[in-house]
Amino acid sequence: MFLEVNVTKKFPDIICHAAFSLENKQCGVFGPSGSGKSTLMHMLAGLLEPDSGFIRLNGRTLFDHEQKISLPPDRRRVGVVFQHAHLFPHMSVQRNLFYGMNRLPKQERNINSDHLIKVLRIDQLLNRNVTKLSGGERQRVALGRTILANPQLILLDEPLSGLDSTLKYQIIPQLQQVFAEFSIPMLFISHSLQELRMMTEEVLVMQQGKLAQQLATEELARTSFGTGGQGYTNLLHLDAMEDLGKLLSCRWGSIPMMLVKAPDQRPGEFSLNGRDIILFKKHPDASSARNMLSCTVRRTYETNWLVGVELDCKGQTLIAEIVPQSVEELNIRPGKEVVAVFKASAFRRLY
Amino acid sequence: MLTLSPDDIQAIKLSLQVAVTATIIALPPGFAVAYLLALSKMRGKALLEGMINLPLVLPPVVTGYLLLLLFGRKGWIGGLLDKFDIRIIFTLRGAIIASAVVGFPLLVRSIRIGMEGIDRQYIQASRTLGAKWWDTLFTITVPLCSRAILAGMTLMFARSLGEFGATIVLAGNIPGITQTIPLAIYEYTSTPGGDSMALSLCLISILLSFAVLLIGEAANRSLARR
Repeated sequence: MFLEVNVTKKFPDIICHAAFSLENKQCGVFGPSGSGKSTLMHMLAGLLEPDSGFIRLNGRTLFDHEQKISLPPDRRRVGVVFQHAHLFPHMSVQRNLFYGMNRLPKQERNINSDHLIKVLRIDQLLNRNVTKLSGGERQRVALGRTILANPQLILLDEPLSGLDSTLKYQIIPQLQQVFAEFSIPMLFISHSLQELRMMTEEVLVMQQGKLAQQLATEELARTSFGTGGQGYTNLLHLDAMEDLGKLLSCRWGSIPMMLVKAPDQRPGEFSLNGRDIILFKKHPDASSARNMLSCTVRRTYETNWLVGVELDCKGQTLIAEIVPQSVEELNIRPGKEVVAVFKASAFRRLY
Repeated sequence: MLTLSPDDIQAIKLSLQVAVTATIIALPPGFAVAYLLALSKMRGKALLEGMINLPLVLPPVVTGYLLLLLFGRKGWIGGLLDKFDIRIIFTLRGAIIASAVVGFPLLVRSIRIGMEGIDRQYIQASRTLGAKWWDTLFTITVPLCSRAILAGMTLMFARSLGEFGATIVLAGNIPGITQTIPLAIYEYTSTPGGDSMALSLCLISILLSFAVLLIGEAANRSLARR
């Protein structure tokens, strides 16, 4: 995918402006509400006309103010998954799904619909009334409907924000699988850094109508420490679970870990807050915490009021957040050996 | 008992004919105007809306008189039609036009409110899925406001059944040609001894209007169930 954008749109109280080019297939747009994310999305999809500038997708001009080109939405090949799905209420799930595909020329209907329906797990829903679907089901059908229209780019407008967190983490792996298997470029619009970290590699940061930054999603996660100062969240894939009574042993890559037993003990994605990690100069004699990892400091970086310490644990990355005084006392600098300690109960299952 | 003369039966037939035709011919322009008012970014909407709603607030006799000026032989439209030997005044066509104009604002208002109630994102979703604007209009917009269209048609039909003032001015009160139920009742009431005949036609009128409302409501429910 190659998307080049340079657009301006004036509103009475704010001017929206964004100029960027994207090549990455998994991109996101991050910003608080009112920052211009939605305006940008509407301009890309052809639902709102910019006052000036241009939009080009894979070399095709979708909008150019000077050349007086503005393709209508139906000719842009830019799909949209809306926040509340917006399935057509007077049609069955099946008719919704194929609405876009039926409007494509025959030679462009090259998405395998049976496979897509299976991956999205909506095969049981086809004859259902859309008003009887749950929030997660609706979003999956909406995504299927958009993909079947065979777009060159899919815009997802906060597709998970209407779902509770359990449902959200159930649907994320399905989204990842769909985008990986069908290899469709996407622009994932969200105010949740957590969602963006799981879905995208690169992100555009919008602030007060303007594009403020364009950077790797992981970089944004480190520098901004998440929204609202909840701290940096390490995402760990844990597997090889073994029941040890009240604890579970598992592995993070080659590193053995302990976590508190939970009803759902299959391998999966877990979060570990950077503030729950304690750093020691030497291996402590004994500790109530069940996880002690020898690591090397790769680098440190300052954020608002804490210091992020990026640790290399046998090739894997872990980030701890500590106060500046601790950095001085422990003499933390790149190359320094430390021991990262955290409790078996510090993990939270995401999916 | 209900006794009806051949003229009365003719008046009932004419009333139904006028109401059905007026509603059908008003529907396409009514839908178009409602679409402009509800969904387009056209300038001068307020002016258009005012003009459309004028027959709702004017005395129907005034509307009829204005139509008479317009469709008379020396009027703008009447003069043009005269060249093709088409007459409007004192014909069934006149009765239909009078009903259509007077009922038009009711039809437009109802459809417009229905359209304004449609979440714009359904329309946007349809467009981004590759539907042209007219495709979206027929597959999304019309089905989503079908109940409002039906309500507007019911209202307009009922209004046409009862149309009196504009009709009598534009089409006259000619039995068998332009005399609809209200005009026949009017004639009976101004004729000595016509009271009982007027009453039977009143009953017919009530029954008809009630039937229209019931049918409209039933259709509305079946649409809501879908």
